[in-house]
Amino acid sequence: MSEAAVMETNASDEPQVKSARAETILYVDGVSVTFDGFRALNNLSFYVEPGELRAIIGPNGAGKTTMMDIITGKTRPDTGDVLFKSEIDLTKLDEAEIANLGIGRKFQKPTVFESHTVFDNLLLACSGGRGVFQALFHRLSAAEKTKIEKTLITIMLEDKRDEMAANLSHGQKQWLEIGMLLMQEPELLLVDEPVAGMTDSETEETAKLLRTIAKEYSVVVVEHDMEFVRDLDCKVTVLHEGSVLAEGRLDHVQKDPRVIEVYLGR
Amino acid sequence: MTDYRQKYKMTPVVGWLLQDRGGMILLAILIAAAILVPMGNLLVPEGSAFHVPTWMLSLLGKYLCYALLALSVDLIWGFCGILSLGHGAFFALGGYSMGMYLMRQIGDRGVYGDPILPDFMVFLNWKELPWYWYGFDMFWFAIVMAMFVPGLLAFVFGFLAFRSRVTGVYLSIITQAMTYALLLAFFRNDMGFGGNNGLTDFKDLLGFSLQSDGTRAGLFVASCVFLGACYIVARGITQSRLGKVLIAIRDAESRVRFTGYRVEYYKLFVFTVSAVMAGIAGALYVPQVGIINPGEFAPALSIEIVIWVAVGGRGTLYGAVLGAFIVNYAKTFFTGVMPDFWLFFLGGLFIAVTLFLPKGVIGAVPAFGAADRQSLLTTWRKRRANEGGKA
Repeated sequence: MSEAAVMETNASDEPQVKSARAETILYVDGVSVTFDGFRALNNLSFYVEPGELRAIIGPNGAGKTTMMDIITGKTRPDTGDVLFKSEIDLTKLDEAEIANLGIGRKFQKPTVFESHTVFDNLLLACSGGRGVFQALFHRLSAAEKTKIEKTLITIMLEDKRDEMAANLSHGQKQWLEIGMLLMQEPELLLVDEPVAGMTDSETEETAKLLRTIAKEYSVVVVEHDMEFVRDLDCKVTVLHEGSVLAEGRLDHVQKDPRVIEVYLGR
Repeated sequence: MTDYRQKYKMTPVVGWLLQDRGGMILLAILIAAAILVPMGNLLVPEGSAFHVPTWMLSLLGKYLCYALLALSVDLIWGFCGILSLGHGAFFALGGYSMGMYLMRQIGDRGVYGDPILPDFMVFLNWKELPWYWYGFDMFWFAIVMAMFVPGLLAFVFGFLAFRSRVTGVYLSIITQAMTYALLLAFFRNDMGFGGNNGLTDFKDLLGFSLQSDGTRAGLFVASCVFLGACYIVARGITQSRLGKVLIAIRDAESRVRFTGYRVEYYKLFVFTVSAVMAGIAGALYVPQVGIINPGEFAPALSIEIVIWVAVGGRGTLYGAVLGAFIVNYAKTFFTGVMPDFWLFFLGGLFIAVTLFLPKGVIGAVPAFGAADRQSLLTTWRKRRANEGGKA
């Protein structure tokens, strides 16, 4: 449905394209990337509106992680445009620059700083000076402390603040990582398979957490778990072989015969 | 409410020094040694049980330089995961800077009696002092160069390596290549650094004869002071937010990048600081051993430094100091008693430590071991909480 909508706007005249772009927080258009002859992304186009919660699903090898890599500057696309807030070209920037623009990324495997406490993990992610000498002479401010306390409550880890991150459970690490993204005050959050390996109750909690976060930020979630995507209750984009196969509400795309064939039917 | 609040309210330097039990012990030992060892050498008459012979004073001074070198390696390896197998190069460059000053101090007392040119240049039939030897007749200039040259090399090398994201074993290999390239370069006579023989036959430092006990005692005290000072600087770095970023880089480099930090700048900073410390160690080492030659650039020596750190306990700073003393004492002992056995012992020691003491000797001491940082912190925190409860 929406893929067609994108096509239509693109096909119409220039000013209208601009106005369509003006409403997006993330605009991915015609992106292709090839690794050693393998087309990981093939003319991928989609966009995310400000404040939107979007789930991206697709079978293994559909290009979900490559898409994340392109948006966060880890991989450069061969062709295509990736725009943040309709004007900033992300294909020209590196990871640190993109992170500082306000795009936070959560990895598939929980990646936290294991030899630091939960508190220090959040402190390191806290938005603010990233310079070497700023860091050398940094002292914790009251505002930072308040912000960390607030995030600890959001991610349900208040009582773990002094625990080494290495000692957290798998699910708690995932939440901590989401908390670290929040500390960066991002405008767009990219979350890669947040519930992989989580217990059912943790999965539910995580869906709730992401829905709360999505009230303040734009969130893109890549996920396999259909129950979880249903819990998220948002618009879904289905990827297949590096391009968008279908887009819409979950029950809508689940009825799409092509989606059933490549993904759900198997 | 939490200890963190109290912790961060403390004056930072005093706060982290008080919490650092190993560091307090190290600094106390260094202060005691800086006072007692020279006294034992200069004031206690020979024959007394408390007399410190001059050879022992020099030997301990040499160990202190090695300890500083080990400290510099632990700062980058233990805290940022940069395994440099070429740190001997920075040490040797610092040593050569000091050696050049000492050569210029010889003046016309050399074998050939040339007032300007060192003996080896006269021998090579050189007529003029090369431009890069200018200024080394001044002590302050030599000291500045002993820090600046290793620092600059580390900065340029690090800039290229870290910007290209060379990490892990690849970085270790190119650091080996770097020190090996310098080894070959310094072997060449036309480099103007004395070739194979290096720089030696030093006479005096700032007008004090290097042969006198007083000068040797002075150098020993200087070594204690610089080791202590560098320890405090290194501890300060690792306790700051920058230090936390370094540990984060060690554990999850890409996470740090996606958090918005420029990993390469952080690595470059700590790598350069570490090289400067290694340079200082070299500059203190040369007047105490009386010679600097290209052998100090040997890749094997740089690997040995890493073994010192691993034996003592990586990532603790004071562990590196301890490791340097243990391994070098063993080296002095074995090369004296059974020289052929030394390398087997060193290899065996490295394997044994890796297998049985992954946290090094320090990790085996109950008070410091057993993931220690956490348990120490927890103990301290509990104590604080109890005190708070009573009050």
